[in-house]
Amino acid sequence: MQIYLPIAEVSVNAFLLLGLGGIVGILSGMFGVGGGFLMTPLLFFIGIPPAVAVATEANQIVASSFSGVLAHLKRKTVDLRMGTVLLIGGLVGAALGVVVFNYLKALGQVDLLVKLCYVVFLGVIGGLMFIESLNAIRKTKSGKPPARKKHNWVHGLPFKMRFRVSGLYISVIPPLLVGVTVGILAAIMGVGGGFIMVPAMIYLLGMPTKVVVGTSLFQIIFVTAFTTLLHATTNFTVDIVLAVLLLVGGVIGAQIGTRIGVKMKAEQLRILLAIMVLAVCGKLALDLLLMPSELYSVGAASGH
Amino acid sequence: MVRRLFSCLIGLVLLSAVANAEEVVLGLSKDKISITTSFDGSDILIFGAVKREEAIPDGPPIEVIVTVAGPSTPLTVRRKAKRLGIWVNTDAVEVDHAPSFYAVQTSGPLRNVLKDVEDLRHKISVPRAIRSVGAPSNISDSESFTEALIRIRSRSDLYQLREGAVTVSEQTLFRTAVRLPAALTEGNYVTRIFLTRDGQVISNYDTTIEVQKVGLERWLFELSRNQPLMYGIMSIAIAIAAGWAASAVFRVFRT
Repeated sequence: MQIYLPIAEVSVNAFLLLGLGGIVGILSGMFGVGGGFLMTPLLFFIGIPPAVAVATEANQIVASSFSGVLAHLKRKTVDLRMGTVLLIGGLVGAALGVVVFNYLKALGQVDLLVKLCYVVFLGVIGGLMFIESLNAIRKTKSGKPPARKKHNWVHGLPFKMRFRVSGLYISVIPPLLVGVTVGILAAIMGVGGGFIMVPAMIYLLGMPTKVVVGTSLFQIIFVTAFTTLLHATTNFTVDIVLAVLLLVGGVIGAQIGTRIGVKMKAEQLRILLAIMVLAVCGKLALDLLLMPSELYSVGAASGH
Repeated sequence: MVRRLFSCLIGLVLLSAVANAEEVVLGLSKDKISITTSFDGSDILIFGAVKREEAIPDGPPIEVIVTVAGPSTPLTVRRKAKRLGIWVNTDAVEVDHAPSFYAVQTSGPLRNVLKDVEDLRHKISVPRAIRSVGAPSNISDSESFTEALIRIRSRSDLYQLREGAVTVSEQTLFRTAVRLPAALTEGNYVTRIFLTRDGQVISNYDTTIEVQKVGLERWLFELSRNQPLMYGIMSIAIAIAAGWAASAVFRVFRT
């Protein structure tokens, strides 16, 4: 069934969009990532104008994250206090990110920078996570209990705060910094930032994996809602029809994903996320390295 | 209905007595296209007759060219090149004037029915309909950028050249159908009819087809432009509601 999108001004198959939304929703619920880093390139691929894809994707992530976070709230796997600290950092970071983005835009080549950002971050994070979770799986197989809490430099900082749900008593500075960094990257790369935040929470803050997913979703809701509003008021590129189609699939997927995620072991969850992140990284890297079949591209005039 | 219009046209042809030797009398199956949510492209039937007061002149037969052009916008065409091992956009050429949609339909091979000089004057063929003024001085092959634009848009049926798609009968009646793709932008689509003989344009006729979003499409589009804040808040509200609804539905299923 073809459907005409009023803002994107293209006609697409409604079932294709529902299906895409569903698949990305499942991943989002399982791993606590918004799924933007997967969905946005997919939308480009089916012919949605990039500006519309990025803006609309933010709106869809609001829906799937909200749906996911409700499931986690019921299970009490959301650290609201930690989420709020991350969110404060995130909003500051997003504002900074927009400034950085506009500065780079003035220099030109912003597309390239965004892609390089993707490749570097996805590659590093995916690689680290993959190795770490392989080791963790090997350890559990050999019978040794996994070493959980390590005292690192994070515990030496002032302004300590108790995060009961996470079972942590640490300084607020590291979570704030994580929030700011994620916010900056999210604004530049046009995604919720879950795929950066989840590993940061696990490895840097030492939060338990089960709590990480819900908390990350909680933070993402607010950051993406803010982004949606910014895009809608400045670029007029949020396509509500596209968003509704994606989010119907997405919210259902997120519910299924959350349930799958709960049944899986933390190490398995991490290794799957690592593989997925590496796959997207590989695809983007190939796009940059291989000669494209069409060297030319058509874009809107850059305005004089 | 088409047949009745045809007979009307023939009547007009027979009755009229106008100074010009050969003129176009035109009919369109619709002069307004409404984009609804389920819009999936549209076919417009363009038909007409050649009005003349004298007998059909001797010599080569009359040929008909029909063009339909969507609203024009300036564009940037970029080219990738390998720099430090990766493919990046390097050169860019601004195209000041490129229609969002352009279809040319002719009654015979374009080369035969239209002379180059006439094409230049009336900007009929696809490359002529695109206007690109001055590429930056460091780019010597600006034509390859316009060629790429045509290639990319032809692939998605936005630019069409269909030779022989216009049928002409008795050197008087002509008809053709233009397929407008689903990815259509709003605006006035200028439809031009050219009559040629021996490659020379002997008469032309312009009209417009209005393409407009209607109903829900119109409402959403207007809202997003006129009250963007409202629209943004509405989008978020819908997202939150959908997220909550899915969660609630699943809870019911589980208990």
